[in-house]
Amino acid sequence: MPANASGPTRRDLLLRIGLTAGTAAMYQAMTALGHAEESQFRGTPELGRARRGDSVVVLGAGLAGLAAAYELDKAGYRVQLLEYQDRAGGRNWTLRGGDTYTELGGATQKVGFAAGNYFNPGPWRIPHHHRAILHYCKQFGVQLEPFIQFNNNAYVHSTNAFGGRPQRYRDGASDFIGNISELLGKSVNQNNLDQVLTKEDRERLLVALREWGMLDASYSYRKGLHVSTRRGYERPPGGGPDGAPIASDLLPFSDVLDPCVWNTMKFFMTYEMQPTMFQPVGGMDMIGKAFARHVGRLITFNRKVTAIAQDDSGVTVSHADRVSGAAGQTRADWCVCAMPLTVLAQIPVQVSPKMQAGIRAVPYSSHAKIGMEFRRRFWEEDEAIYGGISFTSQEIALISYPNDRMHSSGPAVLLGGFPLNLAGLDFAAMTPEQRLETALKQGEVIHPQYRREFMNGTSVAWSRVPWMLGCRARWSEADRKAYYQDLVALDGRIVLAGDHASYLGGWQEGALLSSMDAVKRLHKRAQEA
Amino acid sequence: MMGMQDIRAWAVAASVALSVGAAPSFCFAADAADPAQLKTGQQVYEHICQACHMADGKGGTGAGTIPALASDPHLAVAAYPATVVMNGKGAMPWFNGVLSPAQVADVVNYVRTHFGNHYTDALTPQVVGSMAGPLKVDDH
Repeated sequence: MPANASGPTRRDLLLRIGLTAGTAAMYQAMTALGHAEESQFRGTPELGRARRGDSVVVLGAGLAGLAAAYELDKAGYRVQLLEYQDRAGGRNWTLRGGDTYTELGGATQKVGFAAGNYFNPGPWRIPHHHRAILHYCKQFGVQLEPFIQFNNNAYVHSTNAFGGRPQRYRDGASDFIGNISELLGKSVNQNNLDQVLTKEDRERLLVALREWGMLDASYSYRKGLHVSTRRGYERPPGGGPDGAPIASDLLPFSDVLDPCVWNTMKFFMTYEMQPTMFQPVGGMDMIGKAFARHVGRLITFNRKVTAIAQDDSGVTVSHADRVSGAAGQTRADWCVCAMPLTVLAQIPVQVSPKMQAGIRAVPYSSHAKIGMEFRRRFWEEDEAIYGGISFTSQEIALISYPNDRMHSSGPAVLLGGFPLNLAGLDFAAMTPEQRLETALKQGEVIHPQYRREFMNGTSVAWSRVPWMLGCRARWSEADRKAYYQDLVALDGRIVLAGDHASYLGGWQEGALLSSMDAVKRLHKRAQEA
Repeated sequence: MMGMQDIRAWAVAASVALSVGAAPSFCFAADAADPAQLKTGQQVYEHICQACHMADGKGGTGAGTIPALASDPHLAVAAYPATVVMNGKGAMPWFNGVLSPAQVADVVNYVRTHFGNHYTDALTPQVVGSMAGPLKVDDH
């Protein structure tokens, strides 16, 4: 580095801060300097000490409720956590062989997976910038491994393109970029962009298009070994007399313009979907279980909340014991309500009319997931697909391959479908048997091995999950404007928490950021009371 | 546990599936399911409403309740179910902009004449259209 007459560079400064004050301070300083603002997480709440004897009742043992209970208990509050189910974690949930799941309507599925195999019906991946959940994973020793989001060798499939045959992502994406580059190059060379670009920038753009788009000297995207270094070969490079590679054919551009190509490219560019991503080793519920190890003693299971009331001195939660049917009440100074709005909207909650309106205004989506076990990892053995996701225009939307224990023999479980929105409703309307048949029928279009290798499967349609009645809150722009601030406000002695009270709906990070913010505000008011 | 026999038998029996067929491909952008394929009130019910309200229209109860539509006095005035379907209510999402007014009229008429309901005054798409609140769009 040249001698610096204008003082230290930002990098020098950050390094000094890092060396003297540690990485947390460096992260904060980076944020202040305009770098690294990828998360609103600023560390877990430093609540200080609760006033002696102050108590909080937390409703719902999903991640928001668990984190609130953990932080408030740590600060010295007397915490009681009430949960409808007989387990902690909420949507942080993993199904394994031997588990039984009964959905609304009464259909019961007994999970038939082999030992060690699992399926996450809810959250299944953690972006690298979801620092709150990564923080708790580290703090609780939850072991993480890469979730392979992006795989060039997985498929894109559309019923309306390529004769309905799945194509490798790399072929579609390469040909999309190549053709678009050629067309834009033509436009530049035909002087169509002279009015909007300087001569110098036109020349620079042409170089970029030629290199990025894999064009030839005449700015054409053509079949050839050069293009095959990106999209793969008809005959890949080898050794000996026949070692020479043979270039692969390009896909018809009209088919390449099918949304299955560019929508998949777009998906992988989405901020929330960009690698690196993680998953807990052994199943997503390792996180809920880790929380439960710390706050399990505070949880009363099988309690159905029937009313939430408050007065000047505290909160009274009425509930019913799901096993005995006995009615009961829990009294506390404060309440963190981390129940889903689907349920909360149906019980009397003594909060402002505005907050009540918000609770009742937000509908939930209806996504579904299907875990399928196959006799062998044919996607690895036959097709060299190791983790990642294939996308399809069919209702199942995708097939996601397991990210763990690659190259192992024996049965493996993949995510055989993630039907969204209307497709999610259609799947929910089916019996579990019909869902599996549909997933097989649509999946075998992509993998002909499906029928032969299929062993068993389990589906979870979130609109029929008895303790959720939906997947995640759906905020419209109009509802966000009309209700969000009232929904997240501290109302007397009650505050809501959960992904529905965040701008990260459907993400565990949203539940945690909401929860931490809620307990901070609650604690502040408790100190002032 | 289901057997392969069962699921094959179902596959043959299923007459309408929301597979894409000739419908435009969305490929993860929105829905693979194309509601335009649902031609009758019964089809709308079976591929959408049944997800929550159940095949027998009896709903279900867990931590909260999915209301029954079977023998439901709330259906006496057709405008009520029509506005709920169009604009949503509580956990139930809006279908304004997803289903056409004709589809909403068809499914309301279907529910009001099935599942032990015997309301014979038919709702028209025009009336349904007049109940549409502002078109909502998910904020991400």
